[in-house]
Amino acid sequence: MDTDARNTKVMNRFDVTSRLIAKLEREEAVIGGIGNTNFDLWAAGHRPQNFYMLGSMGLAFPIALGVALAQPDRRVFALEGDGSLLMQLGALSTIAALKPKNLIMIVMDNGIYQITGAQPTPAANVADIVAIATGSGLANSAWAADEEDFERLVEEAMSASEPSLIAVRIDDKPGVGATRRDPVQIRERFMHGLGVREPL
Amino acid sequence: MPIAEQHTSSEAAQTSSDKSWHGIVLQTLKRNEISLVPYVPDRVLTPLIKNLHADPFFTTFATAREEEAVGIVSGAWMGGRRGAVLMQTSGFATLANVLASLAVPYQIPLIMFVSERGTLGEFNYGQSLVCRTMRPVLDSLALEHHTITRLDELEFIADRSIKQAVTTQAPVALILNPLLTGGKVFDK
Repeated sequence: MDTDARNTKVMNRFDVTSRLIAKLEREEAVIGGIGNTNFDLWAAGHRPQNFYMLGSMGLAFPIALGVALAQPDRRVFALEGDGSLLMQLGALSTIAALKPKNLIMIVMDNGIYQITGAQPTPAANVADIVAIATGSGLANSAWAADEEDFERLVEEAMSASEPSLIAVRIDDKPGVGATRRDPVQIRERFMHGLGVREPL
Repeated sequence: MPIAEQHTSSEAAQTSSDKSWHGIVLQTLKRNEISLVPYVPDRVLTPLIKNLHADPFFTTFATAREEEAVGIVSGAWMGGRRGAVLMQTSGFATLANVLASLAVPYQIPLIMFVSERGTLGEFNYGQSLVCRTMRPVLDSLALEHHTITRLDELEFIADRSIKQAVTTQAPVALILNPLLTGGKVFDK
């Protein structure tokens, strides 16, 4: 496939996630998609503004969109795998139509369903996530060439005037940690982290 | 109001009558501070959708799938903004996974309005079949749901159900029956 994706470095999900978290200084919200994506978010260090999905594959971007619409003054990041995104490509157009400038989407693309046995996705080797995003109306979409480029794109996105999508080619490694699967606590802590509620 | 007067035409939409089913739904949403209303459209819901778009209180927009809309209002709830999802029966049939893996386990007060196709004059066999899956799915998750057939009961059921969903942090489905809305028939 002759696309920019082939010129990008293969990075590591946990490393890239850790680099993102290290850049957050303003209580930005982070939505972690199902599976390895939120395992690595968890492993990068729990923050009250993190939300971890335990199902509903493909909804990291829609959930993040909802947070972004509820709190337009807070930057909201969403971490999603390529397989998950393929389940809900229509969400890209919804986001493009609404143009929430505080929403930053990050796609971890390894071309496989790592957690189920590393089967290739239907998009592997034929589709380009950034081209799909751009074609869906998200003009501010780019592949990260390497770790430094990823950090630069995150910084740009922090002050962008439209939603941003950053795609990262990653290796086939599993997630480093394992999220505590306690959905009520996850949701309640997240709402505390967003200032919506006070603890009992 | 007799059913014959409950038009689903664009004329009815523009009048925004408080006494129409869609006028009551809109006012009940507003009174309960539900301002975010994503939807997958349905012919019967058209006057409600038009009036939501016309009212600056609401942020309302189409999504590509119903579960996407559920994700959006779930995120909004956690961020402190209330939402509701509008859909058709066949759209509800796509939601079992997101109900069981997001709305219910995370205790999110997901408010769903479902325009009921598949009964009382349905002309599409597929719609009548998918309609039969709706209540078993709701019951299998022990979700609160009401089928609204009467205009004089609509406000009470909708208002109380929204308040119950919020206070008990549990989803609710409000099924808008053709007896209430007029439904969709073959000659329309």
